[in-house]
Amino acid sequence: MTTTLPDTVVPYEEAVAAFDPVLGLEVHVELNTVTKMFCGCSTVFGAAPNTQVCPVCLGLPGALPVLNETALESAVRIGLALNCTIADWCRFARKNYFYPDMPKNFQTSQYDEPIAYDGWLDVELDDGSTFRVEIERAHMEEDTGKSLHVGGATGRIHGAEYSLVDYNRAGIPLIEIVTKPITGTGARAPEIARAYVATLRDLLKALGVSDVRMEQGSLRCDANVSLRPSPDAPFGTRSETKNVNSLRSVERAVRYEISRQAAVLRDGGRVVQETRHWHEDTGVTTSGRSKEQAEDYRYFPEPDLVPIAPERTWVDALRGTLPEPPAQRRRRLQADWGYTELEMRDVVNAGALDLVTETVAAGASPASARKWWTQELARRANAEGVELASMAVTPAQVAALQRLVDDGTLTDSLARQALDGVLAGEGDPDQVVAARGLRLVSDDAALGEAVDRAIAANPDVAEKIRGGKVQAAGALVGAVMRDMRGQADAAKVRELVLSRLAPADL
Amino acid sequence: MTESLIGLTASDLASRLAAGEVSAVEATQAHLDRIAAVDGGRDADGRAQGPGVHAFLHVANERALADAADVDAARARGDALPTLAGVPIAVKDVLATTGMPTTCGSRILRGWVPPYDATVVRRLREHRLVILGKTNMDEFAMGSSTEHSAYGATRNPWDTDRIPGGSGGGSAASLAAFEAPLAIGTDTGGSIRQPAAVTGTVGVKPTYGAVSRYGLVALASSLDQAGPCARTVLDAALLHEVVAGHDPCDSTSLPTPVPDVVAAARHGDVAGLRIGIIRELAGDGGGWQAGVKARFDEAVEALVDAGAKITEVSCPSFTAALAAYYLILPSEASSNLAKFDAMRYGLRVYPEGVADPTAEQVMAATREAGFGDEVKRRIILGTYALSSGYYEAYYGSAQKVRTLIQRDFEAAFAQADVLVSPTAPTTAFPLGDKLDDPLAMYLNDVATIPANLAGVPGMSLPSGLADEDGLPTGLQILAPANADDRLYRVGAALEALLVDRWGGPLLDRVPTLAPAEASR
Amino acid sequence: MSAISRDEVAHLAALARIDLRPDELDRLAKELDVILDAVATVQQVAGDDVPATSHPMPLTNVTRPDEPRPSLPVEAVLAGAPEAEQQRFRVPRILEED
Repeated sequence: MTTTLPDTVVPYEEAVAAFDPVLGLEVHVELNTVTKMFCGCSTVFGAAPNTQVCPVCLGLPGALPVLNETALESAVRIGLALNCTIADWCRFARKNYFYPDMPKNFQTSQYDEPIAYDGWLDVELDDGSTFRVEIERAHMEEDTGKSLHVGGATGRIHGAEYSLVDYNRAGIPLIEIVTKPITGTGARAPEIARAYVATLRDLLKALGVSDVRMEQGSLRCDANVSLRPSPDAPFGTRSETKNVNSLRSVERAVRYEISRQAAVLRDGGRVVQETRHWHEDTGVTTSGRSKEQAEDYRYFPEPDLVPIAPERTWVDALRGTLPEPPAQRRRRLQADWGYTELEMRDVVNAGALDLVTETVAAGASPASARKWWTQELARRANAEGVELASMAVTPAQVAALQRLVDDGTLTDSLARQALDGVLAGEGDPDQVVAARGLRLVSDDAALGEAVDRAIAANPDVAEKIRGGKVQAAGALVGAVMRDMRGQADAAKVRELVLSRLAPADL
Repeated sequence: MTESLIGLTASDLASRLAAGEVSAVEATQAHLDRIAAVDGGRDADGRAQGPGVHAFLHVANERALADAADVDAARARGDALPTLAGVPIAVKDVLATTGMPTTCGSRILRGWVPPYDATVVRRLREHRLVILGKTNMDEFAMGSSTEHSAYGATRNPWDTDRIPGGSGGGSAASLAAFEAPLAIGTDTGGSIRQPAAVTGTVGVKPTYGAVSRYGLVALASSLDQAGPCARTVLDAALLHEVVAGHDPCDSTSLPTPVPDVVAAARHGDVAGLRIGIIRELAGDGGGWQAGVKARFDEAVEALVDAGAKITEVSCPSFTAALAAYYLILPSEASSNLAKFDAMRYGLRVYPEGVADPTAEQVMAATREAGFGDEVKRRIILGTYALSSGYYEAYYGSAQKVRTLIQRDFEAAFAQADVLVSPTAPTTAFPLGDKLDDPLAMYLNDVATIPANLAGVPGMSLPSGLADEDGLPTGLQILAPANADDRLYRVGAALEALLVDRWGGPLLDRVPTLAPAEASR
Repeated sequence: MSAISRDEVAHLAALARIDLRPDELDRLAKELDVILDAVATVQQVAGDDVPATSHPMPLTNVTRPDEPRPSLPVEAVLAGAPEAEQQRFRVPRILEED
């Protein structure tokens, strides 16, 4: 095993002051079809190993592929949404190379005849400006199986004694979306890379063609980075950082590569064309396979699949099914909801746009929906390290919680307790409220007794209030609320405290 | 009884089975007995041992008798049964079969039992034919002699020192040795037709896409086509009808209806038909055996006597067909055969003297040990033809030649209803004769290859025995795509004319085979 | 045109994952020379205006509905495996990720 020394880096600001970065992003998205690309096996994530395979996706001798019509439709819709030209006629091609997780030792893909090409995607940046990313192509291909590396250190490929292969993922439909070289980003290259992937993710989600779960690998990004001395110089040699699997990592990996390559060039070296691996934990990329001797994939037209010639009428009909472009939708929703720029950006950055939309649709006010998702729920999701969308609460449940607050059944504090119950799987808010007995105590006698107990227990405070320091009432209100386990209306408690101790002020 | 059962055509056997004159078990047992008597033994590694035809790599005795008994039971119940129910059949070992090994004549697949049936096999089973076993072939169908089988060559029943043709020599020899009345072959460049020609049997390569390739272990996907092998044109048609038809599991399967080949075979007629003789394949010039040419000319005369109009057509691109074929086939094969890598099934060989080998090293060692010379030769050739810098010059140019060959066929079929040529340039050559000269071996396919490149159907049927060696010669009929019925109409007519002239079927003259020690 | 070297054959064998013996490399280099000479004639036949044919029949747009079909039983999947462990195919160590 080779020992790799840490790479030298130059501070990012220096790097982008000295060099002009050029990006290329390749995104693989797994489609959410029911079956695989070329066979009828299920695509459900997380099944027991090798239970979702058949002669076709296991590459058994004699088996033949047949294209999934929904995968083709999704490919065309993605192409259209990316403003691409849809090919009049195209073929699949075999990409030949040996690898144990690839059952046929060729990947059925598309080569020089992609289904969609020459498009663009407008990407909205943090400051509200728009950057246009040109799309080279979007093509169909199949996923590979998954290897488990056994022995050696930490399940990594290096040092493993052997590997165990599960082919459930083999043959799952993928669309690879490749940008043209992205130039003119300057220092904003990392931000633009992240924003592109985020925008693409939102678009694919709106199209309904993929789960776009980066953490499950249903959206994977390879980031190509190169530097050149100035914007009018020819492109430099690029590195390809593989499998960068979160939005934050896309930004960090690009930033790191710019700093690393700048150090190489500053020291008079040359950037090696190679595959690099991103390490989430340490925030660095390390050298993988060198591409000095380019792999010869021996592409040729796939003879087992016939050409695709999409009917124009069909393509036009699919064009009619496209969702509103994400940027346009955001502007519309912001206006509808009356959010400020900042509020809107909070919602988008929290990944809560769809959740807020659904919560508002379920009856909550835009302001309350935003607060729930970007504050209380975002905090909890962050603490647990999960995505907002995977929290165990639905927008309808959030809207129901808010309704209970609005009609005075719950205080904010009680509503948070009700949310605890919902997240714990105790049912809808109404059920949780009933089961936990979360209700405001509106019985004046019971409240009066609690107030009297608080006054008796805190004579000093009571004296201050009687002496005119009305602001000291907060301590007594707090004591009463604790006594009532939160199930009281704080304003009402305050009213009762003051009516007993400072009647003159009323 | 047994002797007469194995001599019957499939059509006659089917009639007797339907009439209850003979049971499927009796018919199956008769053929199993014949196999035991003449096929010969195999050693522990599955290699042919001692005398015998060695047409079969695997004989499914028990399963065949059980299937036959099921047919008899169904018939006893009065179930309506398909025409060929209970008729035994041999299947080339390149088609996936559950319950029987599928080796493609290769060491790399020794003992592999597929978990699924090829569509062709499924159709045979649905039509209640009784599968006797799997027949020998050149490894992965690469060859014209079966000498490239990892399990030893099959012998030609006409002369057991000679090749039975290839790659489907096992299927053809099983027919000529009366071990089976029907067989399935596959034809990528002539592997059904050339063995038929050199064994005095009938073989048909249907239109590309007419018979499903699902479960046919691919050699060259754009050329491969399974088809019927038989002793008569009618038998071939009956089997053709069983195996042809659209299959949703094969993207290249034709959605068009199968032409009525059985009716065509029952009504052979060439009166008024325009028959084209392909100038480039007329049997003139070097490499063509005089006896082959003589029988071809006589057959053409017979057709003329029967009222056919002969016209000469020219297909100039055919001269480049062999070269194009030997680029397209290895290219596709190099990719199709990549799956044999020791990871999921089949042979696994660890490299000698390597401690802790990698997957890559095990793949390379297994492929070195598991593939024979011809397979390696073609994989390397195909890898070269597809590699960057050579693709356009080799693979790309070959695909253009393919277009020209299609155009030549179109032009020829504008002038003629069918085309004819000798099937193979020579009769069966002695075993070992061409093993050291790949190019000479490749020349066997010169007349059969154009049909595969263009996808059109072709039939080979016996045209007689060559004067110089007394061995069978074949005549090839070619028809436009989807006009497979024309092959049968012309074939049946010619067969009737020639059998009449010979005073009986050609196979009546096949020498009596010496009993081989059965030591399976 | 051709003249294929032993080194080239070795490179092709590496691409094709076949651990050819030295004597095979020598023999194949000679044989491929002869074969390539013969097949190189394809380059003189068709002009630039001739399109290539990859599929013999002019079919297009063959698809299947996105409906599940039964997968193989896992025992059948692993039945042919040279080695299996934890319901997975056990393979020798893999050198480098792609």
